[in-house]
Amino acid sequence: MDVVIGLEVHAQLLTRSKMFCGCATTFGAAPNSQTCPVCQGMPGSLPVVNRRAVEFGIRTALAFNCRVNEACRFARKHYYYPDMPKNFQISQYEEPLAEDGALEIDVDGASRTIGIQRLHLEEDVGKLVHEGTLETAQASLVDFNRSGVPLMETVSRPDLRSPEEAAAYLRAFRAVLVYLGVCDGNMEEGSLRCDANVSLRPRGSSELGTKVEIKNMNSFKNVQRALEFEVRRQAEALEAGLRLVQETRLWDAERGYTRSMRSKEFAHDYRYFPEPDLVPLRIDRAWVDAIRAGLPELPRQRRQRFLRQYGLPAYDAELLTHSQALADYFEAATGELPQAKLVSNWIMSELLRVLPADDEAAIRAAKITPRHLAGLLKLIEDGTISGKIAKDVFQKMVVSGEEARAIVAREGLTQLADEPALAAVIDQVIARNPKAIEDFRKGKTAAAKALVGQIMKATQGKANPAIVNRLLEEKLSKI
Amino acid sequence: MPDAERPPMISREDVLHVARLARLELSEPELEKMREQLNSILTYIDRLKELDVTGVEPTSHAVPMVNVMRDDVVVPCFPRDEMLANAPDRVGEFFRVPRIIED
Ligand SMILES: [Zn+2]
Repeated sequence: MDVVIGLEVHAQLLTRSKMFCGCATTFGAAPNSQTCPVCQGMPGSLPVVNRRAVEFGIRTALAFNCRVNEACRFARKHYYYPDMPKNFQISQYEEPLAEDGALEIDVDGASRTIGIQRLHLEEDVGKLVHEGTLETAQASLVDFNRSGVPLMETVSRPDLRSPEEAAAYLRAFRAVLVYLGVCDGNMEEGSLRCDANVSLRPRGSSELGTKVEIKNMNSFKNVQRALEFEVRRQAEALEAGLRLVQETRLWDAERGYTRSMRSKEFAHDYRYFPEPDLVPLRIDRAWVDAIRAGLPELPRQRRQRFLRQYGLPAYDAELLTHSQALADYFEAATGELPQAKLVSNWIMSELLRVLPADDEAAIRAAKITPRHLAGLLKLIEDGTISGKIAKDVFQKMVVSGEEARAIVAREGLTQLADEPALAAVIDQVIARNPKAIEDFRKGKTAAAKALVGQIMKATQGKANPAIVNRLLEEKLSKI
Repeated sequence: MPDAERPPMISREDVLHVARLARLELSEPELEKMREQLNSILTYIDRLKELDVTGVEPTSHAVPMVNVMRDDVVVPCFPRDEMLANAPDRVGEFFRVPRIIED
Protein backbone atom coordinates (compact mmCIF):
# COMPACT_ATOMS: atom_id res chain seq x y z
CA MET A 1 0.00 0.00 0.00
CA ASP A 2 1.10 3.57 -0.69
CA VAL A 3 0.65 6.11 2.06
CA VAL A 4 -0.80 9.44 0.92
CA ILE A 5 -0.57 12.38 3.30
CA GLY A 6 -1.36 16.04 2.87
CA LEU A 7 -0.85 18.64 5.60
CA GLU A 8 -2.78 21.78 6.43
CA VAL A 9 -0.75 24.09 8.60
CA HIS A 10 -2.18 27.06 10.45
CA ALA A 11 0.39 29.64 11.50
CA GLN A 12 -0.31 32.59 13.77
CA LEU A 13 1.27 35.63 12.18
CA LEU A 14 3.57 37.80 14.28
CA THR A 15 1.60 41.00 13.89
CA ARG A 16 1.18 43.39 16.78
CA SER A 17 -2.56 43.78 16.27
CA LYS A 18 -5.29 41.40 15.16
CA MET A 19 -6.34 40.59 11.60
CA PHE A 20 -9.33 42.92 11.43
CA CYS A 21 -9.13 45.15 14.52
CA GLY A 22 -6.52 46.96 16.59
CA CYS A 23 -6.61 44.63 19.62
CA ALA A 24 -3.21 43.39 20.78
CA THR A 25 -2.16 39.80 20.05
CA THR A 26 0.03 39.29 23.13
CA PHE A 27 0.10 35.64 24.22
CA GLY A 28 -0.90 34.82 27.77
CA ALA A 29 -2.77 38.04 28.58
CA ALA A 30 -5.58 37.92 31.17
CA PRO A 31 -8.71 36.23 29.71
CA ASN A 32 -10.87 38.49 27.53
CA SER A 33 -8.61 41.50 28.14
CA GLN A 34 -7.75 41.82 24.43
CA THR A 35 -11.09 42.08 22.73
CA CYS A 36 -13.38 44.66 21.16
CA PRO A 37 -16.73 44.67 19.33
CA VAL A 38 -15.04 43.59 16.04
CA CYS A 39 -13.30 40.46 17.35
CA GLN A 40 -16.32 39.63 19.51
CA GLY A 41 -18.55 39.81 16.46
CA MET A 42 -20.91 42.49 17.76
CA PRO A 43 -23.60 43.48 15.25
CA GLY A 44 -22.66 46.62 13.36
CA SER A 45 -18.92 46.36 13.97
CA LEU A 46 -16.77 46.50 10.85
CA PRO A 47 -13.51 44.66 10.13
CA VAL A 48 -10.53 46.31 8.39
CA VAL A 49 -7.64 44.25 6.96
CA ASN A 50 -4.25 44.43 8.69
CA ARG A 51 -1.75 45.36 5.97
CA ARG A 52 1.15 43.63 7.68
CA ALA A 53 -0.76 40.32 7.78
CA VAL A 54 -1.14 40.54 3.99
CA GLU A 55 2.53 41.43 3.68
CA PHE A 56 3.52 38.41 5.81
CA GLY A 57 1.29 36.19 3.65
CA ILE A 58 2.97 37.45 0.48
CA ARG A 59 6.41 37.06 2.07
CA THR A 60 5.68 33.42 2.87
CA ALA A 61 4.09 32.78 -0.52
CA LEU A 62 7.26 34.05 -2.24
CA ALA A 63 9.50 31.89 -0.05
CA PHE A 64 7.51 28.85 -1.20
CA ASN A 65 7.57 30.03 -4.82
CA CYS A 66 3.80 30.41 -4.91
CA ARG A 67 2.00 32.55 -7.43
CA VAL A 68 0.63 35.60 -5.60
CA ASN A 69 -2.85 36.22 -6.98
CA GLU A 70 -3.46 39.72 -8.14
CA ALA A 71 -7.11 39.52 -7.18
CA CYS A 72 -7.94 38.13 -3.81
CA ARG A 73 -11.00 38.27 -1.65
CA PHE A 74 -12.19 37.30 1.80
CA ALA A 75 -15.15 34.99 2.38
CA ARG A 76 -17.37 34.00 5.25
CA LYS A 77 -17.13 30.39 6.36
CA HIS A 78 -20.19 29.52 8.39
CA TYR A 79 -20.41 27.12 11.26
CA TYR A 80 -21.63 27.19 14.81
CA TYR A 81 -19.21 26.71 17.65
CA PRO A 82 -19.02 28.76 20.85
CA ASP A 83 -15.41 29.77 20.23
CA MET A 84 -16.61 31.98 17.36
CA PRO A 85 -19.23 34.57 18.30
CA LYS A 86 -20.09 35.72 14.74
CA ASN A 87 -21.01 32.14 13.72
CA PHE A 88 -18.78 32.60 10.72
CA GLN A 89 -15.06 32.84 10.34
CA ILE A 90 -13.59 35.36 7.91
CA SER A 91 -11.40 33.29 5.64
CA GLN A 92 -10.60 32.98 1.95
CA TYR A 93 -12.15 30.49 -0.40
CA GLU A 94 -12.21 30.82 -4.18
CA GLU A 95 -9.64 33.56 -4.43
CA PRO A 96 -6.84 32.85 -1.93
CA LEU A 97 -3.81 35.08 -1.56
CA ALA A 98 -1.46 32.63 -3.28
CA GLU A 99 -1.38 29.23 -5.02
CA ASP A 100 0.93 26.60 -6.54
CA GLY A 101 4.22 26.56 -4.70
CA ALA A 102 6.58 23.96 -3.32
CA LEU A 103 8.78 23.09 -0.37
CA GLU A 104 11.91 20.95 -0.61
CA ILE A 105 12.39 18.45 2.17
CA ASP A 106 15.19 16.01 2.99
CA VAL A 107 14.56 12.54 4.36
CA ASP A 108 17.43 10.06 4.78
CA GLY A 109 19.72 12.18 2.66
CA ALA A 110 17.34 12.32 -0.31
CA SER A 111 15.57 15.49 -1.43
CA ARG A 112 11.90 15.59 -2.33
CA THR A 113 9.71 18.40 -3.58
CA ILE A 114 6.34 18.70 -1.89
CA GLY A 115 3.72 20.76 -3.68
CA ILE A 116 1.89 23.57 -1.93
CA GLN A 117 -1.61 23.95 -3.23
CA ARG A 118 -2.70 27.21 -1.66
CA LEU A 119 -1.99 29.79 1.01
CA HIS A 120 -4.68 31.98 2.46
CA LEU A 121 -5.35 34.35 5.33
CA GLU A 122 -8.05 34.03 7.95
CA GLU A 123 -8.83 34.88 11.55
CA ASP A 124 -8.31 32.66 14.57
CA VAL A 125 -11.13 31.78 16.98
CA GLY A 126 -11.39 32.03 20.77
CA LYS A 127 -10.18 29.47 23.27
CA LEU A 128 -12.50 27.13 25.16
CA VAL A 129 -11.92 25.76 28.63
CA HIS A 130 -14.30 22.91 29.36
CA GLU A 131 -15.65 22.28 32.83
CA GLY A 132 -14.38 18.71 32.72
CA THR A 133 -13.85 17.16 29.29
CA LEU A 134 -15.65 18.18 26.12
CA GLU A 135 -17.81 15.06 26.46
CA THR A 136 -18.75 15.47 30.10
CA ALA A 137 -18.76 19.27 30.49
CA GLN A 138 -22.11 20.79 31.38
CA ALA A 139 -20.66 24.17 30.42
CA SER A 140 -17.53 25.66 28.91
CA LEU A 141 -15.67 28.94 29.45
CA VAL A 142 -14.61 31.17 26.57
CA ASP A 143 -11.61 33.47 26.27
CA PHE A 144 -11.79 35.60 23.12
CA ASN A 145 -8.24 37.01 23.28
CA ARG A 146 -7.20 34.75 20.40
CA SER A 147 -10.34 35.52 18.41
CA GLY A 148 -9.31 37.54 15.35
CA VAL A 149 -5.57 36.85 15.59
CA PRO A 150 -4.25 36.55 12.02
CA LEU A 151 -3.78 33.01 10.77
CA MET A 152 -2.15 31.86 7.58
CA GLU A 153 -3.35 28.49 6.33
CA THR A 154 -1.10 26.62 3.94
CA VAL A 155 -2.34 23.44 2.29
CA SER A 156 0.16 20.98 0.87
CA ARG A 157 -0.60 18.68 -2.04
CA PRO A 158 -1.03 15.02 -1.05
CA ASP A 159 2.62 14.41 -1.94
CA LEU A 160 3.89 13.09 1.39
CA ARG A 161 4.50 9.33 1.39
CA SER A 162 5.25 8.54 5.06
CA PRO A 163 4.75 9.93 8.57
CA GLU A 164 8.47 10.62 8.59
CA GLU A 165 8.18 12.77 5.47
CA ALA A 166 5.24 14.61 7.03
CA ALA A 167 7.34 15.43 10.09
CA ALA A 168 10.22 16.53 7.84
CA TYR A 169 7.84 18.77 5.87
CA LEU A 170 6.55 20.36 9.05
CA ARG A 171 10.07 20.97 10.37
CA ALA A 172 11.21 22.51 7.08
CA PHE A 173 7.99 24.55 6.88
CA ARG A 174 8.43 25.86 10.39
CA ALA A 175 12.06 26.79 9.73
CA VAL A 176 11.07 28.89 6.71
CA LEU A 177 8.39 30.74 8.70
CA VAL A 178 10.77 31.47 11.55
CA TYR A 179 13.50 32.69 9.15
CA LEU A 180 10.94 34.96 7.49
CA GLY A 181 9.98 36.37 10.88
CA VAL A 182 6.27 35.82 10.18
CA CYS A 183 5.58 33.23 12.93
CA ASP A 184 7.38 32.21 16.11
CA GLY A 185 6.83 28.53 15.25
CA ASN A 186 5.89 27.57 18.80
CA MET A 187 3.75 24.43 18.55
CA GLU A 188 3.23 24.10 22.30
CA GLU A 189 1.66 27.57 22.52
CA GLY A 190 -0.36 26.85 19.39
CA SER A 191 1.26 29.42 17.09
CA LEU A 192 1.77 26.58 14.64
CA ARG A 193 -0.97 23.96 14.26
CA CYS A 194 -1.17 21.07 11.90
CA ASP A 195 -3.99 18.89 10.55
CA ALA A 196 -3.36 15.97 8.24
CA ASN A 197 -5.29 14.12 5.56
CA VAL A 198 -4.30 10.48 5.43
CA SER A 199 -5.30 7.73 3.04
CA LEU A 200 -3.91 4.47 1.69
CA ARG A 201 -4.09 3.16 -1.84
CA PRO A 202 -2.82 0.10 -3.69
CA ARG A 203 0.82 0.55 -4.66
CA GLY A 204 1.20 2.45 -7.93
CA SER A 205 -2.49 3.32 -8.19
CA SER A 206 -3.37 6.94 -8.88
CA GLU A 207 -6.80 6.70 -7.32
CA LEU A 208 -7.07 8.12 -3.81
CA GLY A 209 -8.40 5.97 -1.01
CA THR A 210 -10.87 7.07 1.66
CA LYS A 211 -9.49 10.20 3.24
CA VAL A 212 -9.35 10.62 7.02
CA GLU A 213 -8.59 13.97 8.61
CA ILE A 214 -6.46 13.97 11.78
CA LYS A 215 -6.59 16.90 14.17
CA ASN A 216 -5.05 17.90 17.49
CA MET A 217 -1.39 17.01 16.92
CA ASN A 218 0.46 19.68 18.86
CA SER A 219 4.13 18.80 18.50
CA PHE A 220 6.48 17.39 15.85
CA LYS A 221 6.72 14.15 17.78
CA ASN A 222 2.93 13.89 17.99
CA VAL A 223 2.48 14.52 14.27
CA GLN A 224 4.71 11.58 13.48
CA ARG A 225 3.22 9.34 16.18
CA ALA A 226 -0.37 10.18 15.21
CA LEU A 227 0.28 9.54 11.53
CA GLU A 228 2.11 6.28 12.24
CA PHE A 229 -0.86 5.13 14.30
CA GLU A 230 -3.37 6.20 11.66
CA VAL A 231 -1.49 4.51 8.79
CA ARG A 232 -1.36 1.30 10.82
CA ARG A 233 -5.05 1.56 11.74
CA GLN A 234 -6.10 2.04 8.12
CA ALA A 235 -3.82 -0.74 6.86
CA GLU A 236 -5.19 -3.19 9.41
CA ALA A 237 -8.79 -2.26 8.59
CA LEU A 238 -8.21 -2.67 4.86
CA GLU A 239 -6.41 -5.99 5.32
CA ALA A 240 -9.35 -7.21 7.38
CA GLY A 241 -11.60 -6.31 4.45
CA LEU A 242 -13.31 -3.45 6.28
CA ARG A 243 -14.42 -0.27 4.58
CA LEU A 244 -13.04 3.01 5.92
CA VAL A 245 -15.33 5.97 6.40
CA GLN A 246 -14.40 9.51 5.49
CA GLU A 247 -14.23 11.22 8.87
CA THR A 248 -12.34 13.49 11.21
CA ARG A 249 -10.34 11.84 13.98
CA LEU A 250 -8.70 13.40 17.01
CA TRP A 251 -5.22 12.40 18.16
CA ASP A 252 -5.08 11.52 21.85
CA ALA A 253 -1.42 12.01 22.78
CA GLU A 254 -1.75 10.51 26.24
CA ARG A 255 -3.36 7.29 25.11
CA GLY A 256 -1.50 7.21 21.79
CA TYR A 257 -4.40 6.66 19.39
CA THR A 258 -6.78 8.54 17.10
CA ARG A 259 -10.47 8.48 17.85
CA SER A 260 -13.43 9.34 15.73
CA MET A 261 -14.84 12.80 16.34
CA ARG A 262 -18.57 12.76 16.87
CA SER A 263 -20.08 13.70 13.56
CA LYS A 264 -22.28 16.38 15.06
CA GLU A 265 -19.30 18.28 16.42
CA PHE A 266 -18.89 19.79 12.96
CA ALA A 267 -21.22 20.20 10.05
CA HIS A 268 -19.23 20.37 6.81
CA ASP A 269 -21.60 22.72 5.09
CA TYR A 270 -19.83 26.02 5.36
CA ARG A 271 -21.93 28.05 2.90
CA TYR A 272 -19.04 30.26 1.87
CA PHE A 273 -19.85 33.61 0.33
CA PRO A 274 -17.82 36.78 -0.27
CA GLU A 275 -17.40 38.84 2.92
CA PRO A 276 -19.49 41.92 2.18
CA ASP A 277 -17.74 43.99 4.87
CA LEU A 278 -14.31 43.72 3.25
CA VAL A 279 -13.66 45.04 -0.24
CA PRO A 280 -11.40 42.89 -2.47
CA LEU A 281 -7.63 43.20 -2.56
CA ARG A 282 -5.74 43.99 -5.76
CA ILE A 283 -2.19 43.00 -4.97
CA ASP A 284 0.14 45.53 -6.54
CA ARG A 285 3.12 43.99 -8.41
CA ALA A 286 5.45 46.69 -7.11
CA TRP A 287 4.52 45.71 -3.55
CA VAL A 288 5.24 42.05 -4.30
CA ASP A 289 8.59 42.95 -5.89
CA ALA A 290 9.58 45.04 -2.88
CA ILE A 291 8.71 42.17 -0.53
CA ARG A 292 10.67 39.75 -2.72
CA ALA A 293 13.71 42.04 -2.61
CA GLY A 294 13.57 41.98 1.18
CA LEU A 295 13.50 38.18 1.60
CA PRO A 296 16.20 36.91 3.98
CA GLU A 297 18.50 33.94 3.43
CA LEU A 298 16.27 30.88 3.82
CA PRO A 299 17.11 27.62 5.64
CA ARG A 300 18.15 25.63 2.56
CA GLN A 301 20.33 28.44 1.24
CA ARG A 302 21.92 28.79 4.62
CA ARG A 303 22.53 25.06 4.82
CA GLN A 304 24.26 25.11 1.44
CA ARG A 305 26.40 28.00 2.62
CA PHE A 306 27.32 26.15 5.85
CA LEU A 307 28.53 23.18 3.78
CA ARG A 308 30.55 25.47 1.50
CA GLN A 309 31.84 28.09 3.91
CA TYR A 310 32.54 26.00 7.02
CA GLY A 311 33.09 22.57 5.46
CA LEU A 312 30.60 21.02 7.87
CA PRO A 313 29.18 17.53 7.34
CA ALA A 314 25.65 17.53 5.86
CA TYR A 315 24.18 16.29 9.15
CA ASP A 316 25.62 19.22 11.11
CA ALA A 317 24.59 21.79 8.51
CA GLU A 318 21.05 20.42 8.42
CA LEU A 319 20.61 20.34 12.18
CA LEU A 320 22.15 23.76 12.80
CA THR A 321 20.12 25.55 10.11
CA HIS A 322 16.74 24.09 11.07
CA SER A 323 16.65 26.64 13.82
CA GLN A 324 17.51 30.20 12.93
CA ALA A 325 18.59 30.92 16.50
CA LEU A 326 20.89 27.90 16.49
CA ALA A 327 22.41 28.82 13.12
CA ASP A 328 22.96 32.38 14.39
CA TYR A 329 24.52 30.97 17.55
CA PHE A 330 26.89 28.81 15.52
CA GLU A 331 27.95 31.69 13.28
CA ALA A 332 28.53 34.03 16.22
CA ALA A 333 30.68 31.42 18.00
CA THR A 334 32.61 30.56 14.83
CA GLY A 335 33.30 34.27 14.41
CA GLU A 336 35.26 34.10 17.69
CA LEU A 337 36.88 30.71 17.11
CA PRO A 338 37.15 29.52 13.50
CA GLN A 339 37.32 25.76 14.27
CA ALA A 340 33.84 25.23 12.83
CA LYS A 341 33.58 21.47 13.41
CA LEU A 342 34.66 21.82 17.05
CA VAL A 343 32.05 24.55 17.61
CA SER A 344 29.39 22.47 15.85
CA ASN A 345 30.22 19.39 17.96
CA TRP A 346 29.83 21.34 21.18
CA ILE A 347 26.57 22.90 20.08
CA MET A 348 25.08 19.57 19.02
CA SER A 349 26.31 17.45 21.93
CA GLU A 350 26.39 19.91 24.86
CA LEU A 351 24.21 22.93 24.08
CA LEU A 352 21.33 20.86 22.70
CA ARG A 353 21.52 18.65 25.75
CA VAL A 354 20.33 21.59 27.85
CA LEU A 355 18.25 23.52 25.29
CA PRO A 356 15.51 22.25 22.94
CA ALA A 357 16.59 22.74 19.30
CA ASP A 358 13.21 24.17 18.31
CA ASP A 359 12.95 26.74 21.08
CA GLU A 360 14.28 29.83 19.32
CA ALA A 361 13.67 32.12 22.29
CA ALA A 362 15.48 29.84 24.75
CA ILE A 363 18.51 29.57 22.46
CA ARG A 364 18.67 33.34 22.01
CA ALA A 365 18.34 33.85 25.77
CA ALA A 366 20.90 31.14 26.72
CA LYS A 367 23.14 32.23 29.59
CA ILE A 368 26.05 30.64 27.82
CA THR A 369 26.44 33.02 24.88
CA PRO A 370 28.25 32.16 21.63
CA ARG A 371 31.19 34.25 22.84
CA HIS A 372 31.24 32.32 26.13
CA LEU A 373 31.25 28.99 24.32
CA ALA A 374 34.08 30.15 22.04
CA GLY A 375 35.99 31.28 25.15
CA LEU A 376 35.62 27.83 26.68
CA LEU A 377 36.77 26.07 23.52
CA LYS A 378 39.81 28.36 23.29
CA LEU A 379 40.86 27.08 26.72
CA ILE A 380 40.81 23.52 25.35
CA GLU A 381 42.66 24.57 22.23
CA ASP A 382 45.51 26.25 24.13
CA GLY A 383 45.82 23.35 26.58
CA THR A 384 44.63 25.25 29.65
CA ILE A 385 41.94 22.66 30.41
CA SER A 386 41.15 19.18 29.17
CA GLY A 387 38.04 18.37 27.15
CA LYS A 388 36.69 16.42 30.10
CA ILE A 389 37.07 19.33 32.52
CA ALA A 390 35.59 21.62 29.85
CA LYS A 391 32.32 19.66 29.96
CA ASP A 392 32.05 20.30 33.72
CA VAL A 393 32.85 23.98 33.18
CA PHE A 394 30.20 24.11 30.45
CA GLN A 395 27.54 22.86 32.88
CA LYS A 396 28.51 25.61 35.34
CA MET A 397 28.44 28.26 32.61
CA VAL A 398 24.93 27.21 31.58
CA VAL A 399 23.69 27.89 35.09
CA SER A 400 25.72 30.94 36.10
CA GLY A 401 26.35 32.73 32.81
CA GLU A 402 29.99 33.25 33.82
CA GLU A 403 32.95 33.20 31.46
CA ALA A 404 34.90 29.91 31.33
CA ARG A 405 38.15 31.64 32.34
CA ALA A 406 36.59 32.94 35.59
CA ILE A 407 35.31 29.49 36.59
CA VAL A 408 38.61 27.79 35.71
CA ALA A 409 40.63 30.34 37.72
CA ARG A 410 38.35 30.26 40.77
CA GLU A 411 38.12 26.49 40.96
CA GLY A 412 41.77 25.87 40.08
CA LEU A 413 40.91 23.71 37.09
CA THR A 414 43.91 24.72 35.00
CA GLN A 415 45.51 21.70 33.44
CA LEU A 416 48.81 20.64 35.03
CA ALA A 417 51.45 20.98 32.33
CA ASP A 418 54.35 21.69 34.70
CA GLU A 419 56.74 18.82 33.89
CA PRO A 420 58.83 18.72 37.13
CA ALA A 421 55.62 18.84 39.20
CA LEU A 422 54.04 16.05 37.18
CA ALA A 423 57.25 14.00 37.33
CA ALA A 424 57.12 14.20 41.13
CA VAL A 425 53.51 12.96 41.15
CA ILE A 426 54.42 10.12 38.80
CA ASP A 427 57.32 9.09 41.07
CA GLN A 428 54.99 8.99 44.07
CA VAL A 429 52.45 6.87 42.20
CA ILE A 430 55.15 4.47 41.02
CA ALA A 431 56.47 4.15 44.59
CA ARG A 432 52.98 3.40 45.88
CA ASN A 433 52.28 0.68 43.32
CA PRO A 434 55.08 -1.92 43.32
CA LYS A 435 52.58 -4.60 42.19
CA ALA A 436 51.64 -2.69 39.04
CA ILE A 437 55.34 -2.14 38.23
CA GLU A 438 55.95 -5.87 38.69
CA ASP A 439 53.05 -6.67 36.32
CA PHE A 440 54.36 -4.20 33.79
CA ARG A 441 57.77 -5.79 33.84
CA LYS A 442 56.15 -9.17 33.20
CA GLY A 443 54.71 -7.68 30.02
CA LYS A 444 51.24 -6.63 31.20
CA THR A 445 51.00 -3.28 29.39
CA ALA A 446 47.54 -2.74 30.85
CA ALA A 447 49.27 -1.98 34.13
CA ALA A 448 50.49 1.31 32.63
CA LYS A 449 46.90 2.36 32.01
CA ALA A 450 46.07 1.77 35.66
CA LEU A 451 48.99 3.99 36.61
CA VAL A 452 47.75 6.80 34.33
CA GLY A 453 44.40 6.52 36.10
CA GLN A 454 46.13 6.88 39.48
CA ILE A 455 48.07 9.91 38.28
CA MET A 456 44.92 11.61 36.95
CA LYS A 457 43.20 10.87 40.24
CA ALA A 458 46.10 12.31 42.22
CA THR A 459 45.80 15.55 40.19
CA GLN A 460 41.97 15.71 40.31
CA GLY A 461 41.87 15.09 36.56
CA LYS A 462 43.89 18.21 35.82
CA ALA A 463 47.10 16.61 34.56
CA ASN A 464 47.76 17.15 30.88
CA PRO A 465 47.24 13.59 29.53
CA ALA A 466 49.80 13.92 26.71
CA ILE A 467 52.57 14.98 29.11
CA VAL A 468 51.65 12.29 31.65
CA ASN A 469 51.82 9.59 28.99
CA ARG A 470 55.20 10.76 27.72
CA LEU A 471 56.78 11.09 31.19
CA LEU A 472 55.40 7.78 32.42
CA GLU A 473 56.65 6.01 29.31
CA GLU A 474 60.13 7.44 29.85
CA LYS A 475 60.19 6.40 33.50
CA LEU A 476 58.87 2.88 32.88
CA SER A 477 61.41 2.29 30.12
CA LYS A 478 64.19 2.95 32.63
CA ILE A 479 62.88 0.57 35.28
CA MET B 1 -43.51 29.47 -18.08
CA PRO B 2 -45.79 30.65 -15.27
CA ASP B 3 -44.46 30.04 -11.76
CA ALA B 4 -47.26 27.64 -10.88
CA GLU B 5 -46.10 25.15 -13.49
CA ARG B 6 -42.50 24.99 -12.27
CA PRO B 7 -41.47 22.28 -9.88
CA PRO B 8 -40.66 23.93 -6.55
CA MET B 9 -36.92 24.64 -6.31
CA ILE B 10 -36.87 24.51 -2.54
CA SER B 11 -38.37 21.47 -0.86
CA ARG B 12 -39.56 21.14 2.69
CA GLU B 13 -36.38 19.10 3.43
CA ASP B 14 -34.18 21.91 2.07
CA VAL B 15 -35.82 24.37 4.45
CA LEU B 16 -35.36 22.01 7.38
CA HIS B 17 -31.70 21.53 6.46
CA VAL B 18 -30.98 25.24 6.17
CA ALA B 19 -32.90 25.95 9.37
CA ARG B 20 -30.83 23.33 11.16
CA LEU B 21 -27.57 24.87 9.86
CA ALA B 22 -28.75 28.28 11.06
CA ARG B 23 -29.90 26.82 14.41
CA LEU B 24 -33.48 27.98 13.76
CA GLU B 25 -36.52 26.19 15.08
CA LEU B 26 -39.48 26.64 12.76
CA SER B 27 -43.10 25.84 13.43
CA GLU B 28 -45.08 24.01 10.72
CA PRO B 29 -46.72 27.22 9.34
CA GLU B 30 -43.36 29.06 9.46
CA LEU B 31 -41.71 26.24 7.60
CA GLU B 32 -44.22 26.45 4.76
CA LYS B 33 -43.99 30.25 4.68
CA MET B 34 -40.18 30.08 4.45
CA ARG B 35 -40.41 27.55 1.65
CA GLU B 36 -42.71 29.81 -0.36
CA GLN B 37 -40.56 32.88 0.25
CA LEU B 38 -37.30 31.14 -0.61
CA ASN B 39 -38.86 29.81 -3.80
CA SER B 40 -40.06 33.22 -4.82
CA ILE B 41 -36.58 34.68 -4.19
CA LEU B 42 -35.01 32.00 -6.37
CA THR B 43 -37.63 32.58 -9.04
CA TYR B 44 -36.69 36.24 -9.07
CA ILE B 45 -33.01 35.30 -9.40
CA ASP B 46 -33.95 33.09 -12.33
CA ARG B 47 -35.45 36.12 -14.00
CA LEU B 48 -32.15 37.97 -13.54
CA LYS B 49 -30.49 35.14 -15.45
CA GLU B 50 -32.32 36.33 -18.55
CA LEU B 51 -30.03 39.36 -18.69
CA ASP B 52 -27.04 39.18 -21.00
CA VAL B 53 -24.01 39.71 -18.75
CA THR B 54 -21.34 38.77 -21.29
CA GLY B 55 -18.18 40.69 -20.44
CA VAL B 56 -19.45 41.84 -17.03
CA GLU B 57 -17.17 40.90 -14.12
CA PRO B 58 -18.90 39.04 -11.29
CA THR B 59 -19.64 41.56 -8.56
CA SER B 60 -19.32 40.78 -4.88
CA HIS B 61 -19.39 44.35 -3.64
CA ALA B 62 -21.59 47.29 -4.52
CA VAL B 63 -18.82 49.85 -3.98
CA PRO B 64 -16.03 50.12 -6.54
CA MET B 65 -13.21 50.05 -3.98
CA VAL B 66 -10.19 47.82 -3.37
CA ASN B 67 -7.33 47.59 -0.87
CA VAL B 68 -8.87 49.16 2.20
CA MET B 69 -6.27 48.26 4.81
CA ARG B 70 -5.03 49.53 8.14
CA ASP B 71 -1.54 49.76 9.60
CA ASP B 72 -0.55 47.15 12.16
CA VAL B 73 -1.07 49.40 15.15
CA VAL B 74 -2.45 48.35 18.53
CA VAL B 75 -5.32 50.43 19.87
CA PRO B 76 -6.87 50.16 23.34
CA CYS B 77 -9.27 47.24 23.71
CA PHE B 78 -12.81 47.46 24.99
CA PRO B 79 -13.25 47.33 28.81
CA ARG B 80 -13.66 43.68 29.72
CA ASP B 81 -16.45 44.16 32.20
CA GLU B 82 -18.54 46.09 29.69
CA MET B 83 -17.94 43.27 27.23
CA LEU B 84 -18.89 40.60 29.74
CA ALA B 85 -21.96 42.57 30.81
CA ASN B 86 -23.52 41.59 27.46
CA ALA B 87 -23.20 37.90 28.20
CA PRO B 88 -26.08 35.88 29.66
CA ASP B 89 -23.61 33.97 31.83
CA ARG B 90 -20.05 34.46 33.03
CA VAL B 91 -17.54 32.96 35.44
CA GLY B 92 -14.92 35.42 36.61
CA GLU B 93 -13.13 36.76 33.53
CA PHE B 94 -14.72 34.21 31.19
CA PHE B 95 -17.89 33.96 29.15
CA ARG B 96 -19.77 30.81 30.08
CA VAL B 97 -21.57 28.81 27.40
CA PRO B 98 -23.89 25.82 27.75
CA ARG B 99 -22.91 22.22 27.06
CA ILE B 100 -21.45 21.98 23.53
CA ILE B 101 -21.98 18.34 22.61
CA GLU B 102 -25.49 17.13 21.92
CA ASP B 103 -26.59 13.98 23.67
ZN1 LIG C 1 -10.70 43.41 18.64
